[in-house]
Amino acid sequence: MLAALAGSALGALAWGAMAPIHADSRDRIFEIPRGTWARRMSGDKVEILPDHIRLTLGVRDVLVLRNRDAVPQIFGPTLMMPGQSFQLPFEQPAVYTFTCTAHASGQMIVSVDPYPANPWARISWRTQELWWRARLFTTHLWYRSRL
Amino acid sequence: MTDAHTTTPSLSRRVFGAAILSMLLVGASSAGATAFKAGVFDPPRQAPDFSLQGSDGHELRISLFRGKVVLLAFGYSSCTEVCPVTLATFAQARRKLGAAAANVQVVYVTVDPQRDVPEHLKKFLAAFDSTFIGGTGTEAQLGTVRKQYGVTATKIPYEDSYTYAHSSFTYLIDRTGRIRALMPYGHSPGDYANDLSILLKE
Repeated sequence: MLAALAGSALGALAWGAMAPIHADSRDRIFEIPRGTWARRMSGDKVEILPDHIRLTLGVRDVLVLRNRDAVPQIFGPTLMMPGQSFQLPFEQPAVYTFTCTAHASGQMIVSVDPYPANPWARISWRTQELWWRARLFTTHLWYRSRL
Repeated sequence: MTDAHTTTPSLSRRVFGAAILSMLLVGASSAGATAFKAGVFDPPRQAPDFSLQGSDGHELRISLFRGKVVLLAFGYSSCTEVCPVTLATFAQARRKLGAAAANVQVVYVTVDPQRDVPEHLKKFLAAFDSTFIGGTGTEAQLGTVRKQYGVTATKIPYEDSYTYAHSSFTYLIDRTGRIRALMPYGHSPGDYANDLSILLKE
């Protein structure tokens, strides 16, 4: 039993390290849901856009911001109209700083990492992706609990 | 801002749930398909018009440049870091375009009306490219323009003078006057030339 578990863990680790990275989309999407402005006006602290976003070149290197709310919003570096989206591609690994009045710091940082070309980088990327999706899920649960 | 919009909790839940689901599934909406180097707006909105004092001595309105592709940037002539780089980049991009550059207009709106009077702006911009046009006005006028374009500018006292922290991006406005894209600070003349070429061919 223990040997089977260890074998599975090693297999998963080997897959994570060696399997090429593939993503159906290179978009990292952030949306302002409808009703966000009203919630903010009623005193609810709604954080949509983290002040530090990590992207990966060649895999997840397009930042997509969408305003689904019914009012204009400053979202990341730009003013967005209701229903509008903004799609910003990155082509160089670097740390980018944007002015963003939506954050208390007044800044939004986008870190663009190089393509995960070696086994360790692939494991690291997959771990980050899992963490990202788990965070999205918990954010969803938190949002539902506030309704 | 327009009026607040309220939704029922159940609707909000469904909408937010759908948004989260779409993000989890990572829909294949673009896959980096855009040919623009800048960030692209969809749908593009009409560039808000304004009336300022132009550095050429005439009224400056963004609508005057319909038929041309406009690079719209905000800054101030005493800026020592961002603005000189941005304006030099614009000038190089125009040179890369050759004859097509005749249909590209750079508009540079100051955030510092106290120092950037029209004559000074004209001299400052001519150092980069004599076709560049600057815009200035009262604090209130410029504040309104910045708000319309989502631009920030904060005056910061510095020794016995002052400086500004200001938005460093550039808007790309197409021939029909729509804001098509936003180029963050730091892109190369080649990136600008690429995007301008796309818009010029439309």
